Amino acid sequence: MYAYDEFDAAFVAARVEQFRDQVNRRIAGELTEDQFRPLRLMNGLYLQLHAYMLRVAIPYGTLNSAKLRKLADVARKYSRGYGHFTTRTNLQYHWPKLAETPDILAELASVEMHAIQTSGNCIRNVTADHFAGVAADEIADPRPYAEILRQWSSQHPEFSFLPRKFKIAVNGDPHDRAAIQTHDIGLQIVRNAEGELGFTVYVGGGLGRTPFVAKKIRDFLPEQDLLRYVEAIVRVYNLDGRRDNKFKARIKILVHEKGQAAFSEAVEAEYGANAQTALTLSEADIAHMRAYFAPPPLPPRAPESPRIARRRSRDARFDAYMRANVAPHKVPGYAVMTASLKPIGLTPGDCSADQMDAVADLAEDYSHDELRVSHEQNLILPYVALDDLPAVYDRLASVGLATPNAGQVSDIIACPGLDYCTLATARSIPVAQRIAERFGDGARASDIGALKIKISGCINACGHHHVGHIGILGLERAGEETYQITLGGSADENAAIGQITGPGFSSERVVEAVDTIVETYRAQRNDADEPFLATFRRVGMAPFKEALYERSAGSDI
Amino acid sequence: MQEMITANRLRDGLVVFLDAAGGWSEDFHQGAIVEDAAGKAAALAVAARAAADNLVVDVYAIELELRAGHLSPKALRERIRATGPTVRTDLGKQAQGFAPTIANRG
Repeated sequence: MYAYDEFDAAFVAARVEQFRDQVNRRIAGELTEDQFRPLRLMNGLYLQLHAYMLRVAIPYGTLNSAKLRKLADVARKYSRGYGHFTTRTNLQYHWPKLAETPDILAELASVEMHAIQTSGNCIRNVTADHFAGVAADEIADPRPYAEILRQWSSQHPEFSFLPRKFKIAVNGDPHDRAAIQTHDIGLQIVRNAEGELGFTVYVGGGLGRTPFVAKKIRDFLPEQDLLRYVEAIVRVYNLDGRRDNKFKARIKILVHEKGQAAFSEAVEAEYGANAQTALTLSEADIAHMRAYFAPPPLPPRAPESPRIARRRSRDARFDAYMRANVAPHKVPGYAVMTASLKPIGLTPGDCSADQMDAVADLAEDYSHDELRVSHEQNLILPYVALDDLPAVYDRLASVGLATPNAGQVSDIIACPGLDYCTLATARSIPVAQRIAERFGDGARASDIGALKIKISGCINACGHHHVGHIGILGLERAGEETYQITLGGSADENAAIGQITGPGFSSERVVEAVDTIVETYRAQRNDADEPFLATFRRVGMAPFKEALYERSAGSDI
Repeated sequence: MQEMITANRLRDGLVVFLDAAGGWSEDFHQGAIVEDAAGKAAALAVAARAAADNLVVDVYAIELELRAGHLSPKALRERIRATGPTVRTDLGKQAQGFAPTIANRG
């Protein structure tokens, strides 16, 4: 894991004191709200529906036990005993007091954490595959590059006031777990014919009111040119991106309006002209950063664990957990475990302080003091020895974090929605809860298999509904919540924007509509091995539309 | 018309309602009901002074209506704001007995 050097520590400490001064001046009336708002947003502090909300950065979703314990501590002392993990792998506290926020930031700084650039029109937290460094078929760990990008983009003088927010994701596995094609810049690590590492570069992806899958503008960018090329992209965007209309200010609109070829040409010209050798990464730079993320020593172990086999044969729930929540590790004898933050009927992504402490203990005892946050709002223990797995499972289960549903129908991404958010037009969490309760985490959910449901409470699409296999968008119509459904979206290497089924459904009917969609899939699939998305792509919208609007559920609008 | 003036308190961000004495209460039931345009303008002027004095931010008026015999904010957003998250009835005003309505997660 990256460790702060003197410069980082001084930078973060100075920022805390700067914000403390700004907060004091605001409370004393020396700053108006209009003057203060951009300053607090630059430090991750929003004013939400019930109170302030502080968004803490978790760079590329990597944590250790000390950081997670501090997050738990802050939740108890300054919030209401819980936090909410987000789709940017950050953590949000929903109830902090303005006057106490500088103290929170000082506490976070003590474990090398901060809230810088978690809001505002700047380059946000860089995300990465949550199985980085451990996935069995990984090309290279994306986190060293994500950290290089983070350092380069932190308080970058040219890019602190972009037309709009800017999100970058890096993926190091052939399978895209970081949703890179929904990002302003998506970087896919690849090797060229000579075996050299580099990136396939995607630009202009994004969700919100105008969703786009990113366009590929370069097949292979040598790794040493990462910053030069990314700087060229952001510079073109900064100069040409629209500032006249907030809703047209993201880079996706620029790429769309300018055209992929013209945009790509502009970037290549800037890249060619930008001979700043200071930005060219040397092998030593990359090796230096890579060393921070070197895997822990993992002594060779037997590739199979009789202990697991015995437990699976007598414990169906453990067996279900193994099938859904355990991924193969690149080192034989180890596994990657997902602690589900989607217990049936509770809030997706919420984690109590006690649960955070429990996971921190497990990371320390069984996972080389490391854990991850996924953009799907779960926690990951990346280095668990197979023989330890049953014990870790039992401890996760004892704090409600062992729901066997990773990647299944109840592993729902949901934004906070109208229960917390000022922008929301409808609630998301209750819909997620009711869908999870409808399908559960038993035999039916297991039979349905891989199915990603994503729910947003407004058009801004924080719940990624456009790329859900089933996407749900909450809107308000004539004072009532109504839910529009999309099908066929995907955020992986075959990214796609979902298609709208037709008229929306009331809050009362939306769960039944999802049930109808799922049952239509089960009736249409070739066999139980054909997942929802494959069936949808094969049969198209027609049978789903017919089932929704001409037979059972019926629309309300 | 029946309306009430609301805002968020600067220091802690909590939702507050303008009361009849020109103060701010966390409890919806303590909020002053304005019945006409003149009353609303006067209340908003009091609220604007409180904003200028850095006591509150984001001042605005909300519409009220009778729901099941009780006065309540008309918009769902405002009912949730005056009550707390519908998915955590142990949090927010509902946990303090201040809620105008009972949380219902739909």
